[in-house]
Parts: sequence; C-alpha cells; structure tokens
Amino acid sequence: MMRYLLRRLAHAFFLIIGVSVLTFLFTTLAPGNYFDEMRLNPQIAPETLAALRAQYQLDQPLAIRYASWVNSVLHGEIGFSFAYNSPVAPLLLVRAKNTLLLTLTATVVAWAIALPLGVWSAERLGRLPDRVISWSTAVLLVIPDLALALGLLVLALRTGWFPAGGMASVDFKSLSSLNRIRDLARHMTLPVVALVLSTLPILVRHVRAAVADVLHAPFLLAAEGHGIPPRTLLYRYALPAAANPLVSLFGFSIGALLSGSLLIEVVMSWPGLGPFLLEAILARDIYVVIGGVLFSTIFLAAGNFLADVLLYWVDPRIRTESASR
Amino acid sequence: MEPILKVENLTKRYAKRNSARTPQEFLALDSVSFAVSAGATLAIVGESGSGKSTLASCIACLEPPTAGNFWFEGRNLAQSAESELRKIRPQIQLIFPDSASALSPRWSILDIAVEPLVLQGKLGRKERNARTFFLLERVGLAADMAERPAAELSGGQRQRLAIARALTLDPKILILDEALSALDCSVQAQIANVLLELQASRGMTFLFITHDLTMAAHLADEIAVMSRGRIVEQGPSTKIVRNPDHDATRQLLAAVPRLPRSPWPAAQP
Amino acid sequence: MASVLEIQNLQVSYFSREVRSRPVLSGVSFDLMPGEILGVLGESGSGKSTLAASVLRLLPPNGQVGGGAVLFEGKNLLQVSSEELRQIRGNRIALIFQEPSLALHPTIRVGEQVRRVLAAHQSSGKNDLDHRTREVFNRLFAQEADRILRSYPHQLSGGQRQRVLIAQAIACNPALVIADEPTAALDPVTQMEILRVFRDLREHLGLAMIFITHNPALLAGIADRILILYAGQVVEWGPAETALRSPKHPYTKALFESIPAGTGETEKSRKTSLPVIPGNSSPSSLPRKGCSFEPRCPVRMDVCREFEPPLVKLGQSHIVSCFKYKE
Ligand SMILES: Nc1ncnc2c1ncn2[C@@H]1O[C@H](COP(=O)(O)OP(=O)(O)OP(=O)(O)O)[C@@H](O)[C@H]1O
Ligand SMILES: Nc1ncnc2c1ncn2[C@@H]1O[C@H](COP(=O)(O)OP(=O)(O)OP(=O)(O)O)[C@@H](O)[C@H]1O
Ligand SMILES: [Mg+2]
Ligand SMILES: [Mg+2]
Repeated sequence: MMRYLLRRLAHAFFLIIGVSVLTFLFTTLAPGNYFDEMRLNPQIAPETLAALRAQYQLDQPLAIRYASWVNSVLHGEIGFSFAYNSPVAPLLLVRAKNTLLLTLTATVVAWAIALPLGVWSAERLGRLPDRVISWSTAVLLVIPDLALALGLLVLALRTGWFPAGGMASVDFKSLSSLNRIRDLARHMTLPVVALVLSTLPILVRHVRAAVADVLHAPFLLAAEGHGIPPRTLLYRYALPAAANPLVSLFGFSIGALLSGSLLIEVVMSWPGLGPFLLEAILARDIYVVIGGVLFSTIFLAAGNFLADVLLYWVDPRIRTESASR
Repeated sequence: MEPILKVENLTKRYAKRNSARTPQEFLALDSVSFAVSAGATLAIVGESGSGKSTLASCIACLEPPTAGNFWFEGRNLAQSAESELRKIRPQIQLIFPDSASALSPRWSILDIAVEPLVLQGKLGRKERNARTFFLLERVGLAADMAERPAAELSGGQRQRLAIARALTLDPKILILDEALSALDCSVQAQIANVLLELQASRGMTFLFITHDLTMAAHLADEIAVMSRGRIVEQGPSTKIVRNPDHDATRQLLAAVPRLPRSPWPAAQP
Repeated sequence: MASVLEIQNLQVSYFSREVRSRPVLSGVSFDLMPGEILGVLGESGSGKSTLAASVLRLLPPNGQVGGGAVLFEGKNLLQVSSEELRQIRGNRIALIFQEPSLALHPTIRVGEQVRRVLAAHQSSGKNDLDHRTREVFNRLFAQEADRILRSYPHQLSGGQRQRVLIAQAIACNPALVIADEPTAALDPVTQMEILRVFRDLREHLGLAMIFITHNPALLAGIADRILILYAGQVVEWGPAETALRSPKHPYTKALFESIPAGTGETEKSRKTSLPVIPGNSSPSSLPRKGCSFEPRCPVRMDVCREFEPPLVKLGQSHIVSCFKYKE
C-alpha cells in the first residue's frame, strides 16, 4: 500500500535532483559571473578577484562545484549570496514565505470558485448560463497575465480602493494584530485577484468538462432513478466520479499559480521570490538563483505529491490495486 | 493429447486494507488445477463469488496470480514477462459478463468491433471490415446498425458486440464469462451455434463460465464445479448433470428452474 | 381492486444521428395489480429496458415518450412534477438496472450507496440508517454481508454486485419493483434465495413486480402473468401457467424451442446446433406494414403481410396478437 506513495515520492525526489542539475548547468553556461563587474573597478586588484573566485570555487569545473554544492545543501546550507554577502537560506526563507502566502491563498480561492461554477455550468450544458460562462472564460483565457495585472494596478491607482503595491502599510508595526491582518488582506487582494483571474478560466473549463462527462453516466441515471436529490447527485455522485482528472489538475494549478505569482509579484512589488530572483539573475548572483529555483521546484513537487496522495484517497481502485500487489 | 491449457495450484489472494485498521486477506482462488485439450469446451459453474471470474482474468493474463502456474501451449504464463504476455494475449480472449462497461460509449459498433484488428495491423482496411461485418452479422447485429454508437444499444446487443469483438482476432482460447446470460433464448441458441461451428472449423477452445447448467450441458465436454475458490468436482458434462458426486453440484442442479412443459416439476422458491 | 400500475398505449422513440427518430415501443398497454408479479419476456432489443426506464422517466437524453400514459396509483407519472417524481423514485417504485457494473458508482462503497437511497427518502437518524442498511444486506447475502457492505464495486463478483442493486431497490419497501434481469448473474441456488426474498416482500408488503428476464423457466416459479414483447409491441399477454405451458404466439413458441434439453441432454444431442428463429429484428428488416414478426414467422399467411394483427382474446385474460387465432 505504501509502495504507491513511495514511488511517487521517489518521483518527486528525482525531479528535484534533475532540476538542480539543470539550473546549475544553465547558470554556469550563461555568460559572465558576479565578479565580472568588479573587474572594471580599478580599485580592486586582479589578485583579489582571483582569490574571491577561488573562494567561491567559480574557477572549478562544473561537476566539482555541483558536488560541493550538494554537500553543503546536505549540511543545511544552500549557498552564499554575493550581493547580500550572507548565506542564501535565511534570505530566501523570508521571501518564500510571502510567495507561499500568495500562492496558497490564490489556490484556495481559485478552487473555491471554480468547483461550484464548473458544476453549475456543466449542469446547464449548452444553455444560456453555461454559454455565458464559456464565453467569459474564453475571453479571460486570451488576456495575458501581465496585461491583467497591469489593468488591476491601474484600477487600484485610479480608485484608491486597494493599495497598489507592497505587502504592508508604513505604520504596520504600530497596528493591533487584528488590524495587521486586515492590512495584510488589503494588500493581498490585488495580487490574489490577478492570480485567481489568470487560472480560473482553465480550472472552470476543466471542472465543467469533467463533470459534464460523467453527467450522463449510467450510474448517475441509476442514482437519479433511486430518487437521490439533485444537489446530492451533483456534488456527491458526479463530482467524486469526475475527481480523478481534477486532482491531477490541482497539482498542475499549484505550479501554474506559483509561476504566475513570480510574475505578478514583480508587477505589484510584492516582496516575494519573484522580485528577489529577478534581481539575482540580473546580478548573476548564482547561488540565490539556484536556491530560488530549487525552492520553487520543491514546492511544485510537493504540490504534485499532494495531488498523488489525494488521488490515492479519492480513487479506491488505485488504493486497492496497489494493495493486492 | 497435449492440453492447450494446463493450470496447476493457481491461487489468488486479495489483500484488503480499505476498512478498519485490521488488514484482511481474501482467498478468491485456492489452488485450482485443471487442464483443457485443444478444441474442447470446459464449462465452469459454481455459486456466486466462488472465484470463476477471478480465474478467468488470471488465465487471460489480466491479473497476476498470487501463486501457482499455468501453461498455454506449453509456455508458463504465470512466470512470463510482460513483453511476452503482450504477444500471447490476443490468442486468449476474455468476454466479461457485462463487457459493455468496457466499451467506449461514443464509438460506433463497427469501430469497436474492428479495433483489435486495427491494433494488430496485419490486415488491410477492406479485409478487416469485411471480416468484422461477417462476424457482426453472425451474432445478429445487422449491417444497418454498424454506424450506431455503442451507447445506443440494448444490453443484449452490447453483449453481442463484445462477443463479435473477441472473435475478430480468431483466438485459440475464448473465455466466455457469462457471455450469454444477457441474451434471449433464441439469440443464445444462435450464438451457441456459431461457437460450435467455430470449434468444428478452427478447433477453438472454450472456457465457458456460466450459471446456466442447461447450456453448459449442451455446449461443454466437461464441467468443473467451483465452490469457495476451489474446484470441487470435474467430469464429463452428461455425468455431472446426471450423477453429481458433490453436494455443491447437487444443490445447483436442484435449483435449476424448469419450464412446466418439461417432465420435471418447477423448482419452488 | 384498483391496479397499482396501468400503462396505456405507450409510445417511445429514440433520436439518433442517422435517423431522425426510431420508434422502440409502439402502443404498449397492460396493467398490474397490487402484489402481482408480471414476467416480461422478449427478444434482445425488443424494448424491455426502454419500457422499464420510461415508467420512471429515466430515458437517456435522446429518448422521448411520444404518447400514452403511465398511471401509478391513479397518477400519470409522465405529468407529475419533478420533485413529486423524485419522491416516488426509489421509494414507491424502484428500478433494478440491467447492468450491475454500470449502475453502481465506482468510488463509493456499496453499503454507502444503499444507505444513500434510504437517506434520500427517510429523515431518520444516522444509526437507524446504518441499521436498516445492514438489515437489507443481511437479507440478500447469506454470508459475508459485512465484507460486501464495505467493499467497492470493483471488489465484488458479478452476482454480488447484482444483489447490491437489488438491495438498493428493496431498501425503502416500495410498492412496485421493476426488475430488469435481476438474477441473470446469479447461480441457481442464489437465484432461488433471491426469488424467495421477492416472494416474502410480496406476501408481507404487497409488493408488485415487473420481472424482465430471458429465462422463461425462471418465471414458472414466480410470475402470475407473462407479457411477451416483440419489436416494441405486446404479442402475447396471459396467465403464467398457460402461457408457459402452451404458448400461443408463433414468436413465443419459437423462442421456447431454442432452449437446450438440460438434464435430458444425451451424448448424441450434445453439441448439435440448436433451433433458432431465422433472420433478425433490426430496423431495416422489420416490415413497413402488417405483422412485425411476419418475415420470420413459420406459419405466416398472406393477410399477415397486409394488416396489423388484431388482439385476440383466448381465455379469461390471455391475449395474443396473431391472425392464426381469429375466428
Ligand atoms: N479486487 C478484489 N478485491 C477484493 N476481493 C475481490 C476482488 N475481486 C473479487 N473479489 C472477491 O473474490 C471473490 C470471487 O470473485 P469472482 O468475481 O471471481 O466470483 P465469481 O465466481 O465470478 O462470481 P459471480 O458468479 O457472482 O460472478 C468474491 O467474493 C469477491 O468479493
Ligand atoms: N439510447 C439509445 N438510443 C438509440 N437507440 C437505443 C438506445 N437505447 C436502446 N436503443 C435501441 O432501442 C431498442 C430497444 O432497446 P432496449 O434496451 O429497450 O432493449 P431490451 O429489450 O432491453 O434488450 P436486451 O434484452 O438486449 O437488454 C434496441 O433496438 C436498441 O438498439
Ligand atoms: Mg463472475
Ligand atoms: Mg435490456
């Protein structure tokens, strides 16, 4: 029984390894490194630069650098930021927490809207409400995320309803804890709305399709024939039967929201991983980049693993199949 | 004669861990052994839940047995690799009691019936279709129905579609798991005749799993009776029907309902 | 006594891609008394399941009732509101579907599926529902009721699944059960046990049944009357005793001829080809006018090709639709 989950876990593990190797490769293949800019500075002697490079092993071959990096990761140290002159982990952690806050809130909100809306739409397949939903999701789908975010930003600036950037007001420190939460919520609204709007059309369409697919299944007809009330029929018969593809979509949606979040954070100046990574890439602060990508991958892998666990939970066929092996 | 199928001590155990913490095991097949020679029919009867369908899916290589071996044309399939099984599977076809659930409802009858041949990729399009139409006709699905989606068939029509589909590959062993139970007497007779004909002309071997002892007695050379995962009695079909040795067989026979016109009184529930 | 169910001139057709509409039931009429068991026999594809579904308005989206009435305790089910209908479905009239593996939800335990039927119609407490669910399972499964109740459909054998469908149908003690081949997947012994359950229900609660089957012999022990369908029409309707012993319609006769000899089987008769009805009843081979069985009928006459056969009354309540019996 555990074998299925272990297999999935191994899957996630290999994904993380693979991604770390790839980012290592790409960051090194990209031209230039952090100290190249110092070279133009006449006050720094070439010997010092060489010493610095040696200290950070930038003059070593890739394989050795990777090995020593893995070694340090195993000791709980992801690397060292040149720009901040401090270990990467604590820097990353603060920002990752902000990103997670955004991503997870958006995931919950998006699904809380998509599920009932998709079911409602599927139930009225082909009729007016369903067509309105299809159309609006189609329109939302073609608007690029960036345009969406910018549009919302303009709206915020014009109306002043919501703060147009940042995560907290200047006087955050002096607020009571209740007001702090309220302040945070006000700041979060805009990015969360942007994120939700960017994924909602995909989710709604998939929920609609999956539910519509089982809506005429014989077992639903049979349940209807036993006088099961319409609401129960939809939410406790149709939805569970449609759950398989949706659970996989759930794993995917976490990934989509995370990458969407990185972009939107930059636009709305949310102090998360997005702006941090961008800054690091521009500065060739490679261990920050690697750490950031690695963190995102771990988060993605965790999301997919969660989806696998959920799948195991919703589908007894998978559960008992693996039991009798 | 060398048997085409030999089964020895086949055992299937289902682990059940879906309810309480207590892991339960369920013994669905308990050291089943038998052999069938090529061109013969073995009927398998027995109470509901006695393991007949489990046996069928093990022999059709759809489920791995927990223990035991079985040989098809001398090859031990219980120990064979998946790549080898893939080559064998077309030669051992299984028809489920309601295969309907496995047919894609939106496909047309013709597409469903011809699919195994398409996947096999040996015949040209014309030959494939000709052969499929012939078989569909034989099971009583007229050509004018060929374009209909499977969802628009009656239960018995779908069942016949499943039979035709299994026959297109010209298997060496055909396992019929309650394949006729959804059909009326006349169509049952029609398909029984087709099966007998195929057996005479192509030497097909049948494993005929059924609850209909009357049909079993008519079609089979031998009957095996199962009870709680074991074969409790096996012998020539006329002998089993007339002089059963085991209690399970006797009970089954006693409960067979009969028409009032026949010399036996109808069984009273 | 008033009938529980009366079907009057029911017309049902299916729409599909090639043909605009294909009639599947044309003018089916019969009635059913409380406590009566009506056996329905008929060719595969003759419209038995369609008949069952249309009583509860459960036809697939492309099916349509073109006319007629379905009167249940005097109410026309074709016209009642959907909430009223919901309260009747499963509670007063229950349907046992033909294909057990299609009619059960794949990811809900079967015990829960029965429990939900009870819950849909009764506002009793959780314990009471559990208790009643267990009761129904104990009634249908001599052994292992507990294991079965906790299983998912794919963990059950065909016969066990079929009994779960029966459990769903009888859970609420309905007045009428429409059973579409309820015992096709059961061995003779279990089949007898289930028939006994039906009989009990009839004796104690006045359950009426429409019992669709392919096994005429099964009806001998349980049915009061028999109805025989051919190509969507009633061709014979009469008391079980006479209709089974001496069927009158040529189709019924030919149908019974096809049954193998059973214990009477000899080494010589074994594996010989069985008598069948030649031809088929697919839409293209049905005649446009006259008797629909005419092309396949061994005793056809000229008149059969031209006119629809009349309903001939043979006895008290034995009706045959055939020119042979017209004086
Ligand atoms: N996947 C599974 N997990 C657990 N138990 C199973 C599983 N599949 C089948 N069983 C159990 O194994 C037993 C044998 O099942 P099987 O389907 O082989 O019976 P059968 O002889 O074909 O019965 P029937 O005549 O009713 O079709 C049954 O009691 C069933 O509950
Ligand atoms: N959804 C559908 N759309 C179109 N035609 C259908 C549909 N369902 C059934 N039919 C056709 O209607 C006819 C009657 O079908 P029905 O299922 O009522 O037959 P049946 O008497 O129950 O047969 P069986 O004994 O094989 O189950 C058949 O010819 C079938 O092909
Ligand atoms: Mg079975
Ligand atoms: Mg039917």
